[in-house]
Amino acid sequence: MAKLNSSDIAIKVTAVNKSYIVGKKKTPALENINLTIQAGTLFGLIGPDGSGKTSLFRILTSLLLPDSGEIWVDGLNVITEYKNLRKRIGYMPGKFSLYTDLTIKENLDFFASLFGTTFEENYDLIKDLYVQIEPFKDRRAGQLSGGMKQKLALCCALIHRPTILFLDEPTTGVDAVSRKEFWEILQSLKKEGITILVSTPYMDEATLCDQVALIQEGKILDVDTPAQMVNKFTNPIYAVKGANMLLLLRELEKDPSVERIYPFGEHHHLVMKEKDVLPVLPLGVTINKIKPNIEDLFIHLMQHHE
Amino acid sequence: MQKVWMRFFFIWLEKQKELNSMKQFYHFIVKEFYHIFRDRKTLFILLGMPMVQIIIFGFALTNEVKNTRIVIVNQSTSATAMKLVEKIESSAYFELYSQTKDPSIIDQLFKKGTVKVALIIPHDFAPALIAQNKGQLQIITDATDPNVATALTNYLSVIIQDFQKDLNPNNIIPYKMEVDTRMMYNPQLKGAYNFVPGVMAMVLLLVCTMMTALTVVKEKELGNMEILLTSPINPIKIILAKAVPYLLLSIINITTILLLSYFVLDVPINGSLVLLYAESALFIMVSLGLGLLISAGTDSQQSAMFISLIVMFLPTVMFSGFIFPIENMPLPLRIVSNIIPAKWFFIIVKSVMIKGVGIQLVWKETLILFMMMIFFFTMAIKKFKIRLA
Repeated sequence: MAKLNSSDIAIKVTAVNKSYIVGKKKTPALENINLTIQAGTLFGLIGPDGSGKTSLFRILTSLLLPDSGEIWVDGLNVITEYKNLRKRIGYMPGKFSLYTDLTIKENLDFFASLFGTTFEENYDLIKDLYVQIEPFKDRRAGQLSGGMKQKLALCCALIHRPTILFLDEPTTGVDAVSRKEFWEILQSLKKEGITILVSTPYMDEATLCDQVALIQEGKILDVDTPAQMVNKFTNPIYAVKGANMLLLLRELEKDPSVERIYPFGEHHHLVMKEKDVLPVLPLGVTINKIKPNIEDLFIHLMQHHE
Repeated sequence: MQKVWMRFFFIWLEKQKELNSMKQFYHFIVKEFYHIFRDRKTLFILLGMPMVQIIIFGFALTNEVKNTRIVIVNQSTSATAMKLVEKIESSAYFELYSQTKDPSIIDQLFKKGTVKVALIIPHDFAPALIAQNKGQLQIITDATDPNVATALTNYLSVIIQDFQKDLNPNNIIPYKMEVDTRMMYNPQLKGAYNFVPGVMAMVLLLVCTMMTALTVVKEKELGNMEILLTSPINPIKIILAKAVPYLLLSIINITTILLLSYFVLDVPINGSLVLLYAESALFIMVSLGLGLLISAGTDSQQSAMFISLIVMFLPTVMFSGFIFPIENMPLPLRIVSNIIPAKWFFIIVKSVMIKGVGIQLVWKETLILFMMMIFFFTMAIKKFKIRLA
């Protein structure tokens, strides 16, 4: 099959709504979602827990039906053409969903056969990944570490060479080194022409994507490239640090020239309403102008939304 | 020319597809076997259960009278009374617990539960027998369990009647009716003839219905279903692949039950063994279908277990006719019993195994089971969710 043209649209979501009935109340999970993802991109869906990421993934992979709206994935209507769609997509759920009582190799063989292929047939695609877990290939999947489990799950999702890969929070609960490796693998898969949709609660992973969508309480706040996105943050932002951080936070919250202030690692991030205006700072407090990052923007968008 | 090649190519392509889909099915079954064999404890229970049940029903839970303790209150000193005591003692059914003259002991022993039957021989037993041709005896039983009490009374009466015949071997009574009773198919009234078919139905139902229900629901609970559903595998294949290993396991169980009942409990297999296996396989399919149907409607292993046990297992025990005779039930319950697959299987196994009849006499029951199988499988496939929720 020829590689998809980069101008092709891999995923198109129009006006999708989904709500769950909890008790007798209807709770919206997704509200008016519109999304267009170009083929061949590494697309990140960034949002906190419970923001609707998994619901959106399940709808895109034909596991759930939306209440309304239209979804096209790889040129197929997700609702009516789910049978064909299921041959082409790879899905890795947020929860480890392989067979814990089967070994690595048995899991791979099983999922390969599920898609009518064999482990050997698509070995070249998963080779880089597989060699890392190969020493443990006769170990049961339930006995693997978190990072290895994720690698195996990704192998299984890739074994049939999908055109679109859906990864729901693949790096949650995985150590920093494995996370870094995981993203490097995603970059190399992208080069193979696979469109990747990945969700994550970690803001720092946003910069590793070609494009990101910020999602909060079932609504998409913004879609853009990470670089363009931070440019939308126009307020001046500073990192402040003092001896008594808690007191500093309370003091500055009262200042009328301050838009908002929030803890960020070792520092507080201070957002001012206007340029060239600085608040009155207590003695011994250091202040530096910084570049906003995705998380700053996310907080900004979130509060604007409310 | 090109067209011919194209056609060949397409035929070849179709064949490849078929092969792939068979492979897919085969791998799925292999995977199911891995699950079963790696869960050693469950496998052990599955294969051990029929043996334990046969042994429990065969040796512990039985209404048969065998070596039952009896108290004889013998107030007579005659030789006839002594002979009667000897006769009772020497039978395989009773074991003399004690012999006294004091009838009050009966009440004590009954209350303690050590003895369930007593015989009183009054002091004038022998004189009355000779002088008036009429000797009186009294049988007293503990009727807290009516079935046991009736059985004991019957056994004891038979021995006494027998004894009476021994006393005057050539008595001549002008009008005499002799009743010759024959217990067909089970002359010794062995309980095993009834419970072996019952245990077969129970074990197959437990293994097939509960285990298949659990195995599908487990995939849902552990999230495996999420991946299975995003793959192109056909739900029918998932369902059938789940059923195959349990079909094989159940055939092993039937063999165990038949071997044990034939060699240990001396239950004959009078009918065709092939027919017996074929009918069992049919009942297994019914149970599997039921299990799969339960799994399609439940989301947790707990509720699957609950439904299999409470909704399926209990009615099966009650309405299959294996413990409580259906003929004695009120009409509404008799009607209900018709929807219990085990009832039909129980009838079939009893007919084929004990009475030795052929298919021509059980085809109706077979047909009912067949229809049930079609119904359950169709429903299970229809109800199988192609999406989550």
